[in-house]
Amino acid sequence: MSESRETLPAHRAWMTVVQKVGTPLISVILAIGIGSVIMWASGYDPVAAFAALFKGSFGGPKQIGDTLLRATPLILTGLAVAYGFRAGLFNIGAEGQLFMGGLAAAWLGVALTGLPWIVMVPLLVVAAMLAGAAWAFVPAILKARIGAHEVITTMMFTYIGRYIVSWLVVGPLKAPGQIPQTDAVSIESQLPRIQALFSEATLEALPFLKLGRTHLGIVVAVIAALVVWFILKYTTLGYENRAVGFNPWASETGGISVQWTTVKALCISGALAGLAGAVEVMGVHHRIFDQFSSGFGFTGIAVALLAKNHPLGVIPAAILFGALSAGAGTMQLEAHVPQKIILIIQALVIFLVAAEEIVTWFIKRRQKEALSHVG
Amino acid sequence: MSVLELSEITKVFPGVVANDRVSLSLERGEIVALLGENGAGKSTLMNVVYGLLSADGGHVLVDDKPVKIKSPRQAIDLGIGMVHQHFMLVEPLTVTENIVLGREPGRFGVIDFATAREKVQELSVRYGLKVDPDARIMDLSVGMQQRVEILKALYQGARVLILDEPTAVLTPQEAKELFGVVRSLVDEGLSVVFITHKLEEVMSVSDRIIVMRDGRVVGETKPSETDGVGLARMMVGRDVVLSVEKGHSERVAEILEVMDLHVKGDRGLEAVCGVSFNVCGGEVVALAGVSGNGQTELIEAIVGLRRPTSGMLRLKGVDITHASARASIEAGVSHIPEDRRRRGLVLEFDLAENLVLGDHRLAPYATRGIMHPSAITTTAEKRITDYDIRTPSWHVLASNLSGGNQQKVVVAREMGRNPELLVAAQPTRGLDVGAIEFVHRQILKERESGKAVLLVSLELEEVLSLADRILVIYEGRIVREFAAGEADEETLGYFMTGGGGTKLEDEGGTEQAEMTEGNL
Repeated sequence: MSESRETLPAHRAWMTVVQKVGTPLISVILAIGIGSVIMWASGYDPVAAFAALFKGSFGGPKQIGDTLLRATPLILTGLAVAYGFRAGLFNIGAEGQLFMGGLAAAWLGVALTGLPWIVMVPLLVVAAMLAGAAWAFVPAILKARIGAHEVITTMMFTYIGRYIVSWLVVGPLKAPGQIPQTDAVSIESQLPRIQALFSEATLEALPFLKLGRTHLGIVVAVIAALVVWFILKYTTLGYENRAVGFNPWASETGGISVQWTTVKALCISGALAGLAGAVEVMGVHHRIFDQFSSGFGFTGIAVALLAKNHPLGVIPAAILFGALSAGAGTMQLEAHVPQKIILIIQALVIFLVAAEEIVTWFIKRRQKEALSHVG
Repeated sequence: MSVLELSEITKVFPGVVANDRVSLSLERGEIVALLGENGAGKSTLMNVVYGLLSADGGHVLVDDKPVKIKSPRQAIDLGIGMVHQHFMLVEPLTVTENIVLGREPGRFGVIDFATAREKVQELSVRYGLKVDPDARIMDLSVGMQQRVEILKALYQGARVLILDEPTAVLTPQEAKELFGVVRSLVDEGLSVVFITHKLEEVMSVSDRIIVMRDGRVVGETKPSETDGVGLARMMVGRDVVLSVEKGHSERVAEILEVMDLHVKGDRGLEAVCGVSFNVCGGEVVALAGVSGNGQTELIEAIVGLRRPTSGMLRLKGVDITHASARASIEAGVSHIPEDRRRRGLVLEFDLAENLVLGDHRLAPYATRGIMHPSAITTTAEKRITDYDIRTPSWHVLASNLSGGNQQKVVVAREMGRNPELLVAAQPTRGLDVGAIEFVHRQILKERESGKAVLLVSLELEEVLSLADRILVIYEGRIVREFAAGEADEETLGYFMTGGGGTKLEDEGGTEQAEMTEGNL
C-alpha cells in the first residue's frame, strides 16, 4: 500500500475525458460507416447521400435553422431522461409528460386573454412544467411508496396522457372546423422566430441569422441545459440525486431520503419533458393536436444515451438527431435514398452507443477486478 | 519435487507493479500461508496462477513442467483449484448442482443426478466436509457455502487448493473448523496456499509462511521460528503495536440511552427484543456477539435507518427514537457502517464528495442548497492528511482505493464530523494490521476526548482491547455485561453462543450460533 500503488498516472484523467467524448463520437462515425455499407449494398451512392444529408441539415442558415428547430424539443426531452437516469430512474414516459405540458400551454394560451407577452410566456412555461411534473408525480409516488417500477408506470401514463389529448382535441377543446385540433394560442403566448427578432437590415447584414422557423425555444432549451448542469454539479439537490443514482444504501446512511429524492427526480424530469411540450406548442404549432409530437419523448431517451446523461452533452446529441431528421428530405430528393434509411442510421447510433456502454461496463469491471486483485 | 513453482512472476497494472519478480514453490502435502497487507499483491499472484490474469513476465511450473495457464479451465485441468473471497455459487441451485456445474455426469445433455449426488457424498465423507447435498445454497451459512466451494474444487480434481482470505467471512468457530478441514486435505496429499493478513491464523495453520510486501516476497519463515510481532514487522516493514495502549479517560455524562428497545428484522421477525443500556462520554462500550444476533438491527435503529417497534432512544436526553437518519446525523450521531462498500461509500463519487456525505447540506459545504466546492475540497484535503488516506488527490474515485483506504475514508468522514456518539460497526473488518492499529487509535482518541463510542465487533480481541464495558448480545437480548478486565475470550465466547442461556436454553451453543448465521 505504498504511495505509488494508488497513484493514477496523469494521463488517466485525460483518458477519461477522451473516453467520455470520444466513444459516443466513435459510435456516430461507425453508424455512418455501417449506414454507408447498407446504402451501397442497396444500390445507392453513400457519398452522395451523406453529402445531401449534410447539405439539408447544415448547408445554410435555413437548413441549420431546420436542424435547430428539430433539436429544440429533443434537448429538453433528452435532459428530462438524463436527469432521471442520474438518479437511477428510467423515465421512459417523457412523451406523456410532454403531451401534458403541451396541453397546459395550448389550453392556457387560448383561455387567458388580454395579458402581455412578458406575462404569458413565463406563465405558460411554468404551467407546462407543472403539468409535466404532475404527470410524473403519480408514478414517482408509486415508485417511492410501494416500489412500482417507473418503466411500467410512466409508460402507462404516457398512454393516458396521449389519449386525454386525443379526446380533448376532438371534444371539449376542438376548434371549429374539420381538423381535430385546438384553437391557436394568442400571439402573446407564442415564442417568436429568431429571425423575427431582427430588422430586415440586420438580417441582410448578418445572413446567418436567417434561421427559418427556428424560434426562441432553442434559447429556452440551452438555458434549461445550463440550469440542469448547474443543479447536478453545484447544488445539494443534484448531489443527492447523483448519490441516490449511484448507491441508494450509502445515500440513506448519509441521511438522504431515497424516497423523497426519487419523487423529486421524476418530477423534475417530468417538468423538463413538459417544457418540451410547451416549447413545441408555443414555438411551432401554436396549438395542440394528436400528432404534435413525433415521438420526441422517446427520441429523448436516445439523446440522453448518446450524451451519456451529461446535461451539456445533450445539446450536441440532440443537434445530431435533429440534423439527421432535417437532412433526410434533401437526401431523398437529391440522392434518391429513401428517408427511412435515416431511421436505420438513428437505430445504429443508438445500438452502438448502447453496445459501447456494455463494452465499457465490461472494461470497467475488468479494471475493478484488476484493482481488487491487487489485494 | 514441487507440485507448483512460480519463478520470477511479474504483473503490472496501469501505474502499479502488483507483482515484482515473485518466486515461490509449493511441496506436496504442505500448507503455505501467503501473508501480506491489503494491496501487497497476494491475490494478484494467485489469480495469475489460476489463469484469471496473465503475467507480464516469469513462468509457472506444475510438477516441474513449465505450463501456460490462460484460463481457470486450464488451471483446473492442471489440478489447481481456487476458492475466492466472494463465492461464485448459484444461489437457487442445490449443493450437488453447484458442485457438478460445468462437469455434470451423464450423457446426451441429461444430467445423471443420482451419480452426481453419490460423488458429492463420497467426497464429503472422504475429506470430512459435512454438507447436505440437497440443500439450496441460499439457505446455507457462509461457512457451509465455503465448504461447497472447496468440495467443488475437489470434485474438479484439484491437487493444489488456493484459499483467498478464507476466514474473512467466517465466525471464529467456523474458522476453527476450516483449519481442521485444511489439515485433513493435506493429510490426503493435497497442497494448500492460504492467503491471509491475519497473523494468528498463519501461526496456527501453516507449515511455511511467505510474506509479501509491495508486490515482492520479503521473507520466508516457519511458525516455529517466529512470533506475531516478528511477522507483523516483516509484513508492514516497521514495528507494529499489536494491542493499543488505552490512555486514561474520565467517564462523563450519559450520551446515549437505550430503553427496552424492540426492533424488527427484514423478514418481520423481532430481531432486537427489549434491549436497554447506556453509553457515556469518554467510554467505549462494545457489543459482542456472533453475527446475526440483532446487532445490525440495533445499530440501524440507533442511527435512524430502521424504525423501532417500541422502546425509547435518547441522545443527551433528547428523544431520537423516531429520528430519521438525517436528524440523527444532525443530532450528533456518526456511524461507521458494517458494509463500507454498500452503506459507507458512493464508489462512483470522488473522495471529496464521499468525505462530506451526510454533511453535504450544512455550512460551510452548502448554503441554501448551493454547494461550495472549495470548502468541500479544503476539508477533503485536510481529512486525507489527518487520516493518512493514501491517494494522490481527492479527485480519485472511491472505487479506485484499496479496501483499507476506503475504510479510512469512512472513518475520516464520521470522526471528522466531531460527533457526540460514534457507532462503529466492525470498523476493522478486512483491514491489515497497520490499518487496524490506526483505526483503533482513532477510536481511543474519540474516547479520550470525551466522546461516547459504541463498538460492534465480531473480533473478540478487538472488543477486549478497546472496550471499557462489554455487552454480550445473543438472540436479540443483552445476556451479560462485563467491565473491562472482567472477561476473557472464553467467557465471552461462551455467552455469545448462548451458553448463559436465554429463551432457547435447550439447544447447543455452537450449533445455535451456526444456525443463526445461516439465517442471515
